[in-house]
Amino acid sequence: MAGFRKACTLMAAALLSLTLLAGTALAEKVNLTFYFPVAVGGSITKIVEGMTDQFMKEHPDIKITPVYAGIYRETLTKALTALRGGEPPHIAVLLSTDMYTLIDEDAVVPYDDILKPEEMGFVKAYFPGFMRNSQTGGKTWGIPFQRSTIVMYWNKEAFKAAGLDPEKGPANWNELVEMGKKLTVRDASGKVTQWGVAIPSTGYAYWMFQALAIQNGVELMNAEGTRTDFDNPKAVEALQFLVDLAYKHEVSPKGTIDWATTPRDFFERKTAIMWTTTGNLTNVRTNAPFPFGVGMLPASARPGSPTGGGNFYIFKKATPAERKAAVTFVQWMTSAERAAQWGIDTGYVAVRPDAWETPAMKDYVATFPVAAVARDQLAHAVPELSTHDNQRVTKALDDAIQAAVTGSKKPADALKDAQKEAERILRRYGK
Amino acid sequence: MFPAFRSPATMRNIHAWLLLLPALAFIAAFTHLPAVNTFIHSFFLDGRGGAPAEFVGLEHYQYLLEDEVFRKALVNNLLFACGTIPLSIGLAMTMAFLVNAGLAGQSVLRLCYFVPTVLPMIAVANIWLFFYTPEYGLLEQIRGALGMTGVNWLGSESTALPCVIAVAVWKDAGFFMIFYLAALQQIPPSLAEAAMLEGASRLYYYRRVVIPLLMPTTLFVLVNATINAFRMVDHLFVLTQGGPNNASSLLLYYIYEVSFKFWDTGYGATLTMVLLGFLALASIGQFGFLERKVHYR
Repeated sequence: MAGFRKACTLMAAALLSLTLLAGTALAEKVNLTFYFPVAVGGSITKIVEGMTDQFMKEHPDIKITPVYAGIYRETLTKALTALRGGEPPHIAVLLSTDMYTLIDEDAVVPYDDILKPEEMGFVKAYFPGFMRNSQTGGKTWGIPFQRSTIVMYWNKEAFKAAGLDPEKGPANWNELVEMGKKLTVRDASGKVTQWGVAIPSTGYAYWMFQALAIQNGVELMNAEGTRTDFDNPKAVEALQFLVDLAYKHEVSPKGTIDWATTPRDFFERKTAIMWTTTGNLTNVRTNAPFPFGVGMLPASARPGSPTGGGNFYIFKKATPAERKAAVTFVQWMTSAERAAQWGIDTGYVAVRPDAWETPAMKDYVATFPVAAVARDQLAHAVPELSTHDNQRVTKALDDAIQAAVTGSKKPADALKDAQKEAERILRRYGK
Repeated sequence: MFPAFRSPATMRNIHAWLLLLPALAFIAAFTHLPAVNTFIHSFFLDGRGGAPAEFVGLEHYQYLLEDEVFRKALVNNLLFACGTIPLSIGLAMTMAFLVNAGLAGQSVLRLCYFVPTVLPMIAVANIWLFFYTPEYGLLEQIRGALGMTGVNWLGSESTALPCVIAVAVWKDAGFFMIFYLAALQQIPPSLAEAAMLEGASRLYYYRRVVIPLLMPTTLFVLVNATINAFRMVDHLFVLTQGGPNNASSLLLYYIYEVSFKFWDTGYGATLTMVLLGFLALASIGQFGFLERKVHYR
């Protein structure tokens, strides 16, 4: 009996020391899961994985598992589903506009809770235009990463063929219509072989529409994300303009225009001008079989574009050690050199002014000046539509835009319905 | 000791229940319990960020009546069912007749008809996405060659749903064909010979002999087609995302959006109850009413 007890004690001691050993081993290496979305063409996945590999080489004590999770909306769904299942990622790149939703879900932790106040100075390094969507209630919830604005791309060959100056895109709405008319080419039977302009109305319809609304002088929501202004007469005018492009001026296809295939349409010369994210710049540069121009969006009352794109969020479930490691990763990914390289590789706007001062970026802009268009447009940028329960409010607006461009509702009625729906959704946050 | 247990009838009953128990346990755990849970959950409003859910009674059901997107999805789903069920069954039957007729190269034909079923829906949807693409999609190229003007198939409210229906029919018909083919080969050739001797026309033979003999298969296929009509939404993710303006949204897709995109699981549960109700009605109709009209040998 005594022998048995001794054996037991020995076994227990051995087990205990094993667990302790394992414990220290774990403490040495932090494992982080990192969800990221891809919203544009090109080999973003490879670029991101290359960056994380480089990071792990420089930080052998941190292991990052990058997980490609679909487009933005799918990534959010996946992250929140994982959260409900108790296994959220540690870090995720999600739309800056999902900030309120993530806070309401109690999913993320502000950077201020991880770092000491004196360490928070680093957020001042980013463009203030991008930080407006990343901070609320005096705290920083997201760090800008793949950020963008909407820019206009045009086919210089098509411009020449239409007798237009290929170096100058339309500067205002009237010019857009006038040039669009010249650029719309019909064959002998009257069938259109090349459209003047394509503004996508699926995927991120609200984003494109917000650009028009901003240009017409109206911002669609308040800073707290609790009220929308969809049925403002200026917004109705903006939507009417979008509808008129197809139905009155006939310079754009009728019905919805697909977000994902718009760059293809551009490459295939089916449209001479397209609006899309600057994140597509490298994609266009690689794939367009003709010289192309890039410019700021045309103005109405003012020039303007919403900012867009994704921020780094850190999830609340992470342990203090994991949170610290996550911040290290985020800071490394958005350092001046990385931000510059990321901007060069993809076309997204390098998120901090000092990134534009790095030699790599300076060389790039010297050989490819249009890379700076999106940065310069930041001066006119307005934060992207972002409210509580963002996905739902966005859907109400998306539906309204699609109803208008397919001709099933008048712009005024469509936006009135969307506003009513948004008020219903936001009623529990307005108090 | 327990005389009641000793009667053979009781013992048989106990045996029967014991044999059923494993299956019953699984059905209860994976079907009945979740259904009851869903029903209970449909009376609650989710708490945000882990807060407990709040009891709201019939509020979700009241909202159901005013929810335009729900109404649209419901009508779309009924149209989708009315479109896919008869078309896919009719097509499946015709294809089965064709490949059963003893034509040259019929095994290749069978393979062709069956291929859509084997392909994953997402891959299929991506192929069709190319067919429907405006300007340079396959459909538009053909129409363009014939001198017709452009149609934005997936981008117009009037054409989006029919396009989605066509994909579903194309996918389902080959699968149902297999069942019909199996049934056709069970029909003894003597019936055809007898019909010929009696001077019955080919059409008459199919109408009065073959199709009635296929009725059990038709019932089976009908049940499956109905379930599919409410269950198949994979292609929507690729083709239209329910758009434009919900013109091609189906009930299950809307449930996904509400529950997993908006995280309003309470209302999602309410919508699920509606879907369950429809499926229950459909199965009562099919098994209670139609089965009596089916001729089993």
